[in-house]
Amino acid sequence: MYDGAMGPEFYNAVFTMHATIMIFFVVMPILVGCFGNFLIPLMIGARDMAFPVLNMLSFWVGAVSGVVMLAGFFVPGGHAAGGWTSYAPLTAVTQYTGVNWGQNLWIISLIILGISSLMGSINYITTIINMRAPGMTFFRLPLVIWSLFIVAILLLLALPVLTSALAMLLFDRTLGTSFFLPAGGGEPLLWQHLFWFFGHPEVYILILPGMGIASDVLAVFARKPIFGYRAMAYSMIAIAFLSWIVWGHHMFQSGMNPALGTGFMISTMVIAVPSAIKTFNWLGTLWGGSIRFTTPMLHALAFVSMFVIGGLSGIFMASTPVDIFIHDTYFIVAHIHYVVFGGSVFAIFAAISYWFPKLFGRMMNEPLGKIHFWLTFLAFNGTFFPMHILGVGGHMRRIYNPLQYEFLQPLQPINVFITVSALVLGAAQLVLVVNFFWSLFAGRKAERNPWQANTLEWTAPSPPPHGNWGDTLPVVYGGPYEYSPPGVSEDYLPQTQSRVPHLAAAH
Amino acid sequence: MMSWLPENVSTYGGEVDFLFYLIYYITGATFLLVTVTMLTFLIVYRRREGRRATYSHGNTTLEIIWTIVPAIILVVLSFMSQASWARIKGHAPPGDVEVQVTSKQFNWEMTYPGPDGKFGTGDDVTLENQLHVPVGKVVRVHLRSKDVIHSFFLPNLRLKQDTVPGREIPAWFQATRAGKYEIPCAELCGFGHSGMKGWLYVHPADEYEKWVKERWPSS
Repeated sequence: MYDGAMGPEFYNAVFTMHATIMIFFVVMPILVGCFGNFLIPLMIGARDMAFPVLNMLSFWVGAVSGVVMLAGFFVPGGHAAGGWTSYAPLTAVTQYTGVNWGQNLWIISLIILGISSLMGSINYITTIINMRAPGMTFFRLPLVIWSLFIVAILLLLALPVLTSALAMLLFDRTLGTSFFLPAGGGEPLLWQHLFWFFGHPEVYILILPGMGIASDVLAVFARKPIFGYRAMAYSMIAIAFLSWIVWGHHMFQSGMNPALGTGFMISTMVIAVPSAIKTFNWLGTLWGGSIRFTTPMLHALAFVSMFVIGGLSGIFMASTPVDIFIHDTYFIVAHIHYVVFGGSVFAIFAAISYWFPKLFGRMMNEPLGKIHFWLTFLAFNGTFFPMHILGVGGHMRRIYNPLQYEFLQPLQPINVFITVSALVLGAAQLVLVVNFFWSLFAGRKAERNPWQANTLEWTAPSPPPHGNWGDTLPVVYGGPYEYSPPGVSEDYLPQTQSRVPHLAAAH
Repeated sequence: MMSWLPENVSTYGGEVDFLFYLIYYITGATFLLVTVTMLTFLIVYRRREGRRATYSHGNTTLEIIWTIVPAIILVVLSFMSQASWARIKGHAPPGDVEVQVTSKQFNWEMTYPGPDGKFGTGDDVTLENQLHVPVGKVVRVHLRSKDVIHSFFLPNLRLKQDTVPGREIPAWFQATRAGKYEIPCAELCGFGHSGMKGWLYVHPADEYEKWVKERWPSS
């Protein structure tokens, strides 16, 4: 046994909590919770969300969930160590991992989070359907609002499945039921079916808001209408529908009937098509543009190119025979990080730097922003690209010490390189933290519309006061991406301005 | 990247590797196409004084092309994959050699039926972490688990199959070259997951005969 500073039990808890916290307490709360709540009313022209009290409840219930999750680090036996996918029976019986209350708290925390998410998603859906400003039709919504709308529907339908499965797992652990335990007549694969029935829509919950953010930022800084707006909206709807029938691709090697594997392979191949449509439309948006390389734009461009790698690597595991080899290897780890870090997290960086002036009334520092971008972009690829090679070499994931295997010994220098890159990647985030707080207090004061963008949030003061606008709410005359339109001297046309002058004057 | 694949010593491993290379070339070409196009646009259409962006909302013909072309490629890939998948996981050929592999935290138990060819009889032999098979013969593996889910992984034979408590899952392989290959567990199974491994010994025919004679001297 390798004599490291960290034992194998703790290592298992660390990667379990890394994924759990990043997915449920970083990416989802920032993209959906934070930007959803901020952007939806501002971008549809509403004063607030439909149910402000429900919204507050959702927030505080979510906070309780976070506290319960963190408490797991301090109980005897340590935190949950069964992976974020928490496969039963490993997680259903305490003796299998040696973790008792850590696993219980993990389950209870996510059940509470499910309740929080349910309240939030009902609120989002109601707000977007009912509270749009006069003239704001569905096909005049910015794509980021489309993405949040679709995500809210996915959350509403997917999270309760996880919540139910977690309750069953908790009953197996504490009340002596046998939903997932074969000794009592249960079925271990039932957990995987339930978990991935939630889990695959969940992956799209993480990436769709990023797609919306990237679309908005690309249009603004290419000074061009988004290419194929309707194709962009329809492809997100298609992803939302298809995301319900692809969960089995996580289970090709699980012992599930191989004939089912074929069905899930075809649906999985098909779900790549709307993603391809989106990629080509982003390229179309850049074509003929007048591109400004601001920090938000750099992050949005990184989103597109990294999402391309993450999407293409997904085709490997969609193919059932190839998946036999790369399943449960680092190839999967590379894929998920190209989608969730290369995709969602770069979208978060784009969103922070793009909406910072609206959020706080000050601009972020551009040179610091660019330093942070380049360090992150290079270190990200240094960390995650070599994982493809490890995976192709057969390197299993969740392995405490690869040197225990002869066939993995030649791959060890790659592991070392990844570790160094990951440390640089982590350190690079300090630049963002410094920039964030420095700009918060000392950044240049932002005007109302510093990026010369069209969408409604830029007609409100920076930062927006309670109720967002003064006495009158905005009225919408056109689409969100009217950049460089003919017959207008500026290269943008806000949604509140009509191209026909007397219409605008009437208000 | 291709040279990183472990040596293939399986009859069907070539099919897996072929599909891997095929997808590698298709996705590699797509990646280059998208990246070169993107970089070209970023350079050509960077902001310059006096030039205004093109006012365009899209192009229906292009939308149709870039919907249908990827769809065709992906559906063809599905059908090509299906044939190999059915051969590897669907219908196993009759086994020349049968072995029961039972996983437990953190070992593989390999049970051989002995000369009578039946499991559960007195001449069964169980060895820990040692799988002895003859080269060139179809080996049928009956996978079981005593506690949690593990995954029976033979990197060099391009086989991976989870073992699930309460189920018996069949798998098969046919090795093309004698040698000693590792059998790691590929599914997180507890604190001893790392290091849970066995060895596959693929013997030449005469060596396998010798091993059988030593193991079951009475027969």
